[in-house]
Amino acid sequence: MSAVYSLIDTLLPFEWTEFGYMKNALIAVLIITPLFGLVGTMIVNNKMSFFSDALGHSALTGIAIGVLMGIDNYVISMMGFALLFALCISAVMDSGASSADTIIGVFSSTGLALGVVLLSASGGFAKYSGYLIGDILTVQPEEIGLLLIILAAVVIIWVLFFNRYLLTSINADLAASKGIRVRLMEKIFVVIVAVIVTVTIKWVGILIINSLLVLPAAAARNLAKSMRSYHITAILISLFSGVSGLIFSYYWGTAAGGTIVLVAAVLFFLSFFVNRFQGMQNHSL
Amino acid sequence: MESCKCSTKIRNLTVKKHDGILLHNVSFDVHHGEILALIGRNGAGKTTLLKALLGRIPYTGTVTFIDSAGKPVEQPRIGYVPQNLVFDRTTPVTVADMLCANTSGFPVWLGHKKEKRAHAEKMLTMVGANASLLNKKLGSLSGGEMQRVLLAFALEPKPDLLLLDEPVSAVDRKGIEVFYDLVTSMRREHQMPIILVSHDLSHVEKYATRAVLLDRTVLVSGSVAEVMKTPQVREAFGLKLTGGGKV
Repeated sequence: MSAVYSLIDTLLPFEWTEFGYMKNALIAVLIITPLFGLVGTMIVNNKMSFFSDALGHSALTGIAIGVLMGIDNYVISMMGFALLFALCISAVMDSGASSADTIIGVFSSTGLALGVVLLSASGGFAKYSGYLIGDILTVQPEEIGLLLIILAAVVIIWVLFFNRYLLTSINADLAASKGIRVRLMEKIFVVIVAVIVTVTIKWVGILIINSLLVLPAAAARNLAKSMRSYHITAILISLFSGVSGLIFSYYWGTAAGGTIVLVAAVLFFLSFFVNRFQGMQNHSL
Repeated sequence: MESCKCSTKIRNLTVKKHDGILLHNVSFDVHHGEILALIGRNGAGKTTLLKALLGRIPYTGTVTFIDSAGKPVEQPRIGYVPQNLVFDRTTPVTVADMLCANTSGFPVWLGHKKEKRAHAEKMLTMVGANASLLNKKLGSLSGGEMQRVLLAFALEPKPDLLLLDEPVSAVDRKGIEVFYDLVTSMRREHQMPIILVSHDLSHVEKYATRAVLLDRTVLVSGSVAEVMKTPQVREAFGLKLTGGGKV
């Protein structure tokens, strides 16, 4: 790590990089934001933003289960519960019993309420309220290794299976006609989202994690002309929001997660107006 | 006869849903080099049958695929051209993205391999579409352009069975003829087995070689001329038939 730290000192000789925690946060942002940009493109393609939001909410119950079971590392209990939660939502949606937004809404509310009740019963909710907004400045060097592994795994999956995911997102019947196992692909995707959300939630926060997943991809969609430009733009917007949000938060003394999301939101609205402007120009031609 | 060899054998196909039986003991064969028209009233189970063949809904019974050499096909490739493709029209997927994702393992978010892009261009030209469509987003295509792109998508790799579900409902009259001429040439030149779902009996009479009248089960099957004369078809389509098929 010391080599990376000295590289940061050489390339970015600024006040905000002087502290070790800021260096760790910067490295974490440089890994998390492209990861979110990449996965976010498919979340938006599949109209699953409500789903990833529900997964974030379920983390609270995951923490509560961890507390009750006496587990020190809440990531394990959060991930276990989020996987169960995600597969349950997926199974109920497959049954076609109700519309997707209703089912996800029910699960989301239940996950949040159960977490609040269990945590307040076992020694006060306030102790865990930090999870609501997260703190990227608490990221530890050993945790950065885990983030790198997840990023590498997602990139490998995106290289090997992206085309199948793309065809599934266009139309499931069309994908099935090409022998793609649509249900299995969907299940694998919800597992990927569950893992990413639960591992990063203590740094990004339950309330804003979904914004960071969805906003860069949504902004990129306003500008993209192909899948390639969609991904490049989403990753760049995510990276830019992450790094600039972190710097702003240092100088303004604000929460890093919220500041990053605000930058991404500004970029989304800019892209929205660019898209409208281009649309009007094309119309007048 | 060579042209009458079985391609797809459907036997006792039954689809049940919690609220009832959607298809009951459906059995018929599709032959190589024939367009089999699947006709029936709305709600007769035509689309359900296609979804079962695509493996999208569970069914009982058997569906066997046989290649032109008479050997069973374990993992059949199915080409599917849906009625109106339901998709997000704002998605930044280009025609090249879609066609290359179908033929190549190289992830299209990293770009397209030159030879795959050239092949996609060739496929578009083959189905009578302009190669300039490659860079267009799916959401900006006209009905006719979309159906040709879907046909190009369905024909690669060469399918063991081609399913056309009301394929020209969003296409203008001239486009309809071009589309069916293409499908007919596929049938003749590649001996491709095709199931065509259509409400338009004039298209069925003009382009199909055999017909199956479906109403949760097979009511009538045989040559188009034979099936069209049956009272069941008259009853199912009512006044439509009085126009002598020129509907």
